[in-house]
Amino acid sequence: MSSSGEDRSKSEISFTVNGEQKTVLAFPMERLLDVLRLQLGLTGAKEGCGEGECGSCSLLMDGTLVNSCLVPALQAQGASIVTIEGLDASAGSQRLQEAFLECGGAQCGICTPGMILAASHLLNKNPRPTLEEIKEGLSGNLCRCTGYLQIFEAIATAAGRETAASS
Amino acid sequence: MNHERIVGTAVPRKEGREKVTGKAVYVDDMVLPGMLYGATVRSQIPRGRIKKITFETSVAWSEFVIVSAKDIPGKNCIALIGDDQPCLASDSINHPEEPVLLLAHPDRHALRKAVDAVSIEYNPLPAIFTMEESERGSEIVWGTDNVFKTYLIQKGNVDDVWSRADYIIEGEYSTGAQEQLYIENNGMVAAYDAKQGITVWGSLQCPYYVHKALMALCDLPAEKVRVVQMETGGAFGGKEDYPSMIAGHAALLAMKSGKPVKIVYDRAEDMAATTKRHPSRTRHRTALSRDGKILGGEIEFTIDGGAYATLSSVVLSRGAIHAGGPYYWPSVRIRAKAVATNAPPHGAFRGFGGPQSIFAMERHMDRIAQVVGLSPVEIRRRNFLQPGQTTTTEQVVRELIDLGKLLDRAISVSEYQTKKQEFAIENGTGATKKGIGIAAFLHGAGFTGSGERYLSSVVGVEGCADGGVRILVSSTEFGQGTKTVLCQIAAEALGLRYEDVTIAQPDTTEVPNSGPTVASRTVMVVGKLVESAARGIHQTLKLSGMLGDSYSAEEFRAACQAYVAGHGQLRSWAQYDPPPDVFWDDEKYRGEAYAAYSWAVYIAEVSVDLTTYSVSVNDFVALQEVGRVLHPVLAIGQIVGGVAQGIGFALFEKVIWQQGRMQNNQMTNYIMPTSSDLPPIRVFFEELGNVHGAFGAKGIGELPMDGPAPAIVNAIEDALGVRFDSIPLMPEDIYDAITARSLRGEDEVASVIR
Ligand code: FES
Ligand code: FES
Repeated sequence: MSSSGEDRSKSEISFTVNGEQKTVLAFPMERLLDVLRLQLGLTGAKEGCGEGECGSCSLLMDGTLVNSCLVPALQAQGASIVTIEGLDASAGSQRLQEAFLECGGAQCGICTPGMILAASHLLNKNPRPTLEEIKEGLSGNLCRCTGYLQIFEAIATAAGRETAASS
Repeated sequence: MNHERIVGTAVPRKEGREKVTGKAVYVDDMVLPGMLYGATVRSQIPRGRIKKITFETSVAWSEFVIVSAKDIPGKNCIALIGDDQPCLASDSINHPEEPVLLLAHPDRHALRKAVDAVSIEYNPLPAIFTMEESERGSEIVWGTDNVFKTYLIQKGNVDDVWSRADYIIEGEYSTGAQEQLYIENNGMVAAYDAKQGITVWGSLQCPYYVHKALMALCDLPAEKVRVVQMETGGAFGGKEDYPSMIAGHAALLAMKSGKPVKIVYDRAEDMAATTKRHPSRTRHRTALSRDGKILGGEIEFTIDGGAYATLSSVVLSRGAIHAGGPYYWPSVRIRAKAVATNAPPHGAFRGFGGPQSIFAMERHMDRIAQVVGLSPVEIRRRNFLQPGQTTTTEQVVRELIDLGKLLDRAISVSEYQTKKQEFAIENGTGATKKGIGIAAFLHGAGFTGSGERYLSSVVGVEGCADGGVRILVSSTEFGQGTKTVLCQIAAEALGLRYEDVTIAQPDTTEVPNSGPTVASRTVMVVGKLVESAARGIHQTLKLSGMLGDSYSAEEFRAACQAYVAGHGQLRSWAQYDPPPDVFWDDEKYRGEAYAAYSWAVYIAEVSVDLTTYSVSVNDFVALQEVGRVLHPVLAIGQIVGGVAQGIGFALFEKVIWQQGRMQNNQMTNYIMPTSSDLPPIRVFFEELGNVHGAFGAKGIGELPMDGPAPAIVNAIEDALGVRFDSIPLMPEDIYDAITARSLRGEDEVASVIR
């Protein structure tokens, strides 16, 4: 189990994260979640379950919402990835973050990065979701603190503002 | 009366921005130079003795740091109330997740393989897994009789009532284990330095519990142990006692290796090895008069504590005191008992014994209603505690609570009566049956009995060099809003802006011991102390002639700056001082059990699908009196979140045990409510104008966990006409009960009717 032997089976994997080009050396089957957290220091994605159930490791990969604990690093080759750290900039995501703050959408905060990414993904596809559509959009993200209602409210609030801002 | 500017408003959560931008730092986000990862080798059998430990030769063991019980510098225990739980088993094994060895290595993957490459041989001993086996005593697995603790609460002479009773009604109710399922798993980082001692950073609720445990384990003086709380991703009681274990493990590995060590559990380990809600069994035998008034009763409350004593005695105490619900008992005898089994120790979970005994009481009230022939509404109304009456511990109700009024309002907002009639008609046909159920309850805020007196909490408030104010408490934030609400209180007390007040991250080298963050005590007890310590800052500035009685925020800032520049420091401390009229007898378990109670009436509406036997909660009304609501958004968040966990407790969350071990220790097979499982949860607050706590606030955090399960199961009985006295209530249980009833062809007869 010498470390030089291990390096030989690692591959160079290149992708874009939050608009920046990155190349990492990783085992092909290493979890994208670990690559981002340990190699790139992007700790906004959290590990809640490691088996695709909780969504706290959610991120956007080529515009799709994925659980990064289930994505092998190799699959990220050439992909464009957005994490919570990269959401900061756009006006739409700021509205979401503000709405989460105001409405009580974040309590302990551990599910929040994943929730906000899921919400942002939803609003990109569907700027005025109904309550049912919001519930559906969050179906892969678990929150143990809030009982979800204030999260729904935050998303509806942000959606309302989004529409107001664009009209 | 409410002329406050900050208290009562929805100011932004203090640490909210870090949380919504992903910048908040949790323990697993922490990396120290040269850090190793640590892992735990656990027992695989429920009970026995270790015969031999073998290290398979496939692993390069010289690369690993290995710690066993022999490496413990101090006492091999996790010091809490008692010292019976070892940090590492050296010989005896008492449950199947007992830590035996610790390993550390720079590579996490190598570590996992190494854990699997340790094999332990045992001389197995017979083990017990149920309360009944434990009570039978055929195997003694703890102490001399398998009993961790008993309490006896006696009021009046209950033996006299049976002969006068028009009805004697019996029932037995049980609740299952429940996993806290905070989304952030438990974790700790430890670093050791011979001069400074040990430092741990972690996900935890009670920094000074960890501090005490590390002092005993590492044999270090107080000043050589430092505990820092990191942002904590949910706790709910689940990070009250077990973090001391993980901190101990990380500390031992750090001491032996001389390097920082991180131990973060994965979900499977967290669920299997750490604490859960105590399973319970409650037996009621109640005497009633013809008009449905409780004359007296006997309540037997038993909880399964698992293999070690840990917090069971305190959970038992709260459960026993809440067992009589919000009702007047002229006489009562409550026998409470916590027993040992060979499962990992059960521990704190929001409500702390209350949800267990209240489930029983509120199911039993519906049972009583049926036998006596009154409605669930009327039976409760006739028995509600009134101001001036005494509780089961003979505490006089001094709060001007009007439970009848709470009930009326809940009935009206839930449209209880209309729905009841509608459902009675609709349920005749169709494969979906609807029902509506009530639960009325109370929850004591703060430590039980003399607890607060023993704790004697201290808080500090500091005037800073920049003129701002900083709160120093060991009370932790794990989502409930501790930081926000305490800052609101200090800002209000000093007439400052919310932005002028900050709060220190709990670090035992910086903050005094304001007690553990448990028991819904933070706002009421710690908040009150923050208020008086804050006023002390103004007092000092005033005495020094730098500030008058009325001042602007800018004037305060200038005075504070000038004082700190001149004197070096401006600090004010406040210590808990028990109110003089509070009486509690620890021996007889009698007196003022809690400084204040919160009160509530919850109403659940359900439908049961008779093709799938699944239950949906369609509407939920949560009405409560929690004193002054200091932050409306946070308060609603506490209630909704608690109700969601209560719905899980009733209908979703079932721990499957085999030989003392959790079998479904994954999020895929232990199911908590998702975004589509919850009804609208409508939250209402009554405010009575209280005198308790900071600006009239009482406890809120645990209350919402108590009511949902009985309200839901009462509603299910209303829908189906079938009794269910055990939770979690799964579709298969409903199927079995309905099939059994149709085989019997009739309803069972009421237990004892005179
Ligand atoms: S950690 Fe990836 S879904 Fe839970
Ligand atoms: S805010 Fe704590 S899990 Fe969602």
